[in-house]
Amino acid sequence: MCGRGEAVSTGEPLLDVRNLVQEFEVRAQGGVRSGVVQAVSDVSFTLAKGETLGLVGETGSGKSTLARAILQAPRPKAGEVLFEGTDLVKLRGRELLRARRQMQMVFQDPFGSLDPKWSVARIVEEPLTAFHTAARAERRRRVTEVLDRVGLDPERYAGRRPRSLSGGQAQRVAIARALALDPALIIYDEAVSSLDVLIRAQVLNLLERLRAELSLTYLFIAHDLALVKQVSDRVAVMYLGKLVEIGPAESLYREPLHPYTVALLASIPNPDPTAPRAPVTNTITGEPPSPIDPPSGCRFRTRCPRAQDVCAAEEPRLRRLADGHFAACHFPVSEEAPAPAAREPARLAGGRHDAAAPD
Amino acid sequence: MSESLLEVSDLRVDFRHDGRIVRAVDRLTYSVARGQTVAVIGESGSGKTVSSRAIMGLLPQTAKVTGSIRFDDVEMVGLPEKAMRGHRGCGVAMVFQDPTRSLNPTMRIGAQIREAIQTHEKASRGAAHDRALELLELVRLPAAKERLEQYPHQLSGGMRQRVMIAIALAASPKLLIADEATTALDVTTQAQIMELLRDLQQRLGMALIMISHDLGLAASFADEVVVMYAGRAVERAPTRMLFSHVRMPYTRALLDAIPRLESASHAPLAAVPGQPPNMALREPGCPFTPRCPNSTDQCRSHAPAFEEHEPGHLWACWHPCADGVRL
Repeated sequence: MCGRGEAVSTGEPLLDVRNLVQEFEVRAQGGVRSGVVQAVSDVSFTLAKGETLGLVGETGSGKSTLARAILQAPRPKAGEVLFEGTDLVKLRGRELLRARRQMQMVFQDPFGSLDPKWSVARIVEEPLTAFHTAARAERRRRVTEVLDRVGLDPERYAGRRPRSLSGGQAQRVAIARALALDPALIIYDEAVSSLDVLIRAQVLNLLERLRAELSLTYLFIAHDLALVKQVSDRVAVMYLGKLVEIGPAESLYREPLHPYTVALLASIPNPDPTAPRAPVTNTITGEPPSPIDPPSGCRFRTRCPRAQDVCAAEEPRLRRLADGHFAACHFPVSEEAPAPAAREPARLAGGRHDAAAPD
Repeated sequence: MSESLLEVSDLRVDFRHDGRIVRAVDRLTYSVARGQTVAVIGESGSGKTVSSRAIMGLLPQTAKVTGSIRFDDVEMVGLPEKAMRGHRGCGVAMVFQDPTRSLNPTMRIGAQIREAIQTHEKASRGAAHDRALELLELVRLPAAKERLEQYPHQLSGGMRQRVMIAIALAASPKLLIADEATTALDVTTQAQIMELLRDLQQRLGMALIMISHDLGLAASFADEVVVMYAGRAVERAPTRMLFSHVRMPYTRALLDAIPRLESASHAPLAAVPGQPPNMALREPGCPFTPRCPNSTDQCRSHAPAFEEHEPGHLWACWHPCADGVRL
């Protein structure tokens, strides 16, 4: 039942997000429309089978909204979400439900996402019941199996309520529930962010083990860049609804191209007191502007140490600057990057390594 | 007058829960010199927050506090509430994790800062207003003048935390306790707030206790680090000494469990198994024994004393790590 048995990564995209847009109306008193929050603006990327894409950005950057738009909850304003070649945006009713079975999400606060009155067994069984997957005995067997997989002894934990669990245990229950339907894709939205350091390391190692054992594909959302690197093959950076950089984890961390990524990396406290401090020029001040009225041109320009006039006038498109490594910046930080004049249009944004991908 | 501004010795805090006594803080001893930054590091339930609230005199009546907390040569344990009030604010002030819940949502920013000022000194409305503006400028809140008239919901998380720091500074405290003050903030905002705290501390000659779960933050900002586990201090040393010669296996485990930018993707983290002990069940030995790779029978039966084994470096362990050893 579990184990898809395929090779880890075939390069064929499991998920292909194209020009995704999500907006929310803001209404002032009396219901008068006063503005539109541009939460996700024209975001494109692919996710290969068996791959983990890390998604980083600060509060309000649109990472959670993007994840929800992928799941069609709520539906995006524009764009396509191709899952195994089928556009989820066009699916309705039963077809959408069937596709959603393949996609599960784990949230930050396990206690907020588990019904406090239900037993662990009932919580994990619920998706199986909702999708009428199998007879009761079979469902019970599956519950035991997934609890075992996430490192919770079914005999000890099946009958317990969330209240009697620690944060780490509750998050394991949430992961077991996500695994119950044998999904292809799991989206983790800050799923380990509120756990204590030692428990977080245990859960991260569990996620890695599950991914290898079950050939899962992950979209891993977090604000902690070091944490994201730990689990990701590729990393995408969002700022104010825009994808500003995406590339292989190793090269993105070694040679960040977007000044915002550089600033994020410079802000991480180093657990080595003898390490040199990040140069002040790399850090940024202030806070992101409002997504209701984002700056013209490049949305990061108001905080960017490298900004020039062109940044206000012209929006930088995501362009390829190194192997599989894309950034949306007129003045990328790498010296080897081509000069701004030699820009190439990068319509196929987001590290689509295989231009001739099937479907 | 002693060298130290704050001396915590043999501090114990007991709570009664379901008829059992839970010792949240057990024999905690450390000191903070004037102008020094001390980081108190630990996970949930390690006693770091309870011990800092004991210093502030903010524990509920049901908590039983014994031992000694000397602040500026005055004994705080057993001090009547009235005297405690004088000490809170101008002696010690505190900034909490969640600025949203610490600020009154129905009051303008200016009024909240004025309230803090007028609690401690007789100041006219006009003088308090001027001082409030000065404080907001001190914490580098952009457009400080307009902010005085705004409500907390109109500010971002980082700005609210700056307001909280301004309120904490209202009575010029000698010691500021920042309890996970940057945990809820984004990483770039966290860096800005920490820089601000460091700058304020140097300019105002204030001592700072950083309560945090983040050893990385401690490494970057603290002069001395106290690591707590299960209510006890388990290791304490000047920051550089601690990080170059980690002795306590628990500290080692914490350091090894932090994902590093330098390490390769998908490299497994060194994770110790198990979880922190149930504080209501008081076992005789070292509380880290069940999770410790170095543990022996001796650890189960006898708790090691928290003692100075090398100059300036204290730890509580029978089998400390050698230099350069990872778990």
